[in-house]
Amino acid sequence: MLEMKKVNAIIDNIPVTVNEGTTIMEAADQIGHHVPRLCYHPHISTEGACRICVVEVEGRPSYIPSCATPLTEGMVIKTNSPELHQIRRDLVELMLNNHPSSCLTCERDGNCELQNLAYKLGVRDRLFEGSRKRYEIDKSSPSVLRNPEKCVLCRRCIRVCSEVQGVNNLSQLYRGVDTVVAPAFNNNMIDSICINCGQCINVCPTGAFLAKDDTDRVWEALNDKTKHVVVQTAPAIRAAIGEGFGMQQGVAATGQTVTALRRLGFDAIFDTNFAADLTIMEEATEFLHRFQNGGALPLITSCSPGWVKFLEHFYPEFIPNTSTCRSPMQMLSSLTKSFYAEKMGINPEDIYVVAIMPCTAKKFEAIRPEHVTESGLPLTDAVLTTRELIWMIKAYGIDFVNLPESDFDSPMGYSTGAGDIFGSTGGVMEAALRTAYETITGESSDDIEYKEVRAVEGLREASLDINGITVNVAVANGLNNAKTILEKVKRGEKEYHIIEIMACPGGCVAGGGQPLTDAGKYVYPMDPMMIRKRQEALYNIDKNKEIRKSHENPYVQELYKNYLGEIGGEKAHKLLHTHYHERTPRGIK
Amino acid sequence: MEISKMPITLDKDIVEYIEEVKQLEHPESYLISVLHKVQSRYGYLQQIHMEEVAHLLQVPTATVSGVATFYHFFRLKPKGKYSISICLGTACFVKGANLVLDAFRNELGIEIGETTSDGMFSIEGTRCIGVCALAPVVTINEKVYSQVTATQVNEILHKIKAEDK
Repeated sequence: MLEMKKVNAIIDNIPVTVNEGTTIMEAADQIGHHVPRLCYHPHISTEGACRICVVEVEGRPSYIPSCATPLTEGMVIKTNSPELHQIRRDLVELMLNNHPSSCLTCERDGNCELQNLAYKLGVRDRLFEGSRKRYEIDKSSPSVLRNPEKCVLCRRCIRVCSEVQGVNNLSQLYRGVDTVVAPAFNNNMIDSICINCGQCINVCPTGAFLAKDDTDRVWEALNDKTKHVVVQTAPAIRAAIGEGFGMQQGVAATGQTVTALRRLGFDAIFDTNFAADLTIMEEATEFLHRFQNGGALPLITSCSPGWVKFLEHFYPEFIPNTSTCRSPMQMLSSLTKSFYAEKMGINPEDIYVVAIMPCTAKKFEAIRPEHVTESGLPLTDAVLTTRELIWMIKAYGIDFVNLPESDFDSPMGYSTGAGDIFGSTGGVMEAALRTAYETITGESSDDIEYKEVRAVEGLREASLDINGITVNVAVANGLNNAKTILEKVKRGEKEYHIIEIMACPGGCVAGGGQPLTDAGKYVYPMDPMMIRKRQEALYNIDKNKEIRKSHENPYVQELYKNYLGEIGGEKAHKLLHTHYHERTPRGIK
Repeated sequence: MEISKMPITLDKDIVEYIEEVKQLEHPESYLISVLHKVQSRYGYLQQIHMEEVAHLLQVPTATVSGVATFYHFFRLKPKGKYSISICLGTACFVKGANLVLDAFRNELGIEIGETTSDGMFSIEGTRCIGVCALAPVVTINEKVYSQVTATQVNEILHKIKAEDK
């Protein structure tokens, strides 16, 4: 292996030796001196906008931003001095002066990086009392709220929207004190190319971006005696919900979640993973049909509503390639208001379906006009993020950690291991391959772990040999990576058969509605360790399941036999499939 | 599936200019130059034109919007038929340009950068235009008015309106 060139320097009287290219901030982190910071985010580009992280370097006339300056040989650095303390405090005080004093009622209270910084630096008074910027909250989007009054212009949202998602919906408009982060032409979020992924919410150090809160509607439904309230939880919820209650990261809390939902008063608790198995049945059939009959390939997955909206704005030419399967959430909701309603003899109008999702884009998906029952009812009535469910459990006063475990309800509560891994990047692909393999070969296989599609990174490709047929697959998470793959397809560089795309980096486990990382601990959203642990939680569930292939799910088999009929048949199509359409404004690739 | 093409309303020579710079290295760095051309042709930057520039140059629309709102030179609203430029340079200012500006604002009911609802007048504040001997100086389209006082403003506007009929 190539030796990295080393650089020697002295930080706070401590000699350090680091790889060339390491920044002053990273080097100081290595000796345990965490220079206060705000706009810095380790998983996106460096901005150097806030100047909180300035340090003194001997021989340099001005203060140096440690996040943006590489350490060079012989540097003598001070991360702390009376002047630096004063500068950092002044900067934070100036920001607070231009910030609402609504911490007590702010959703980010207690997990706000600005609040945290003010506390750490000892800002106890608001010294600069002056006028502050005033803006209306943009509540136009069903997923993402934008409140420029709380914006500190760190540009993290702009960077994540551009560098990770390739959407480029946000920019700084105007200038000086009038600067505001907004979509093009200062339009509302709903009229923009926003794909609702919520990554801007996750990276925002304050509450300038928040997910729309739908908990009030759900409390209301739970207290409405005329409603039969059905809830479903997505695969990624169980992998992260415990974090909201201080539980160890990477430990699934499936049983406690079910018990908590029952105590909150939900009438039936189903598992979205059941519908994940169903998705595989439909999608694998769709794939084989296209594969054998020369249909549009590559087949692209359609579970991620962020990706679907991206498709419609940016790549409408790939609409024929995208699976017509509804997402597992919408399949389960559709069946709840048809199959389940008929079975239980309940009028679908009296059923209220709540979906707990790791995702803010699901809130948008739920109100898409094509996602309605035959009589025009929305398939899903309310979507709550993992964070919202955590508040509800806390508001109720449930001691989540010590809850006894319980099981999902029948008949849509059982899933195979294949359904469980849907929440991770590569999971849908692996689940599909398990079923496709056996369908193509007609043989049962025990070798079902497709490790080549498992990873944290954003882009993976593999060529698999199934019965002498080479199947080329690609997995992308983070839509910039999806762009890379799709452009490759357009240039005719490689013929893929199946492409799995999830909008969020790492997949649903790191979705825009998942518990936030602790602002005080220098662990940031998109942290690879965090993603890996949440993924592991899902892969462990899969590993310990007796049945790990979707087509072997007995309840799914029964559903087809007794209700849906043929896989990919007429009834299945009506209930489980959808369509997409080109959207404006057109995204710039 | 038939994908609809974005209809382009920009003049052909501007589209050709964009196609030309797209062959160069870092075409996105020509954004300001393209916007200059658009503004000098149409008088201001319309949303539809900015969208077309974004599409043709393949620069995110939000970025185009950010650049257009950042630079003082770019106008997002059309100028009036008569564009009133009031010099706010040092010499004009000490000779009372601010009072002249106030008089125009009061008479027309608009602020700097705005246009009257009938599209007749718009007001601009400029930096020193180099004819300090004539201070305070106002230019309306191509015509220069020297040593203007606030009391003359009403008369100037009346005369323009009368001649315009």
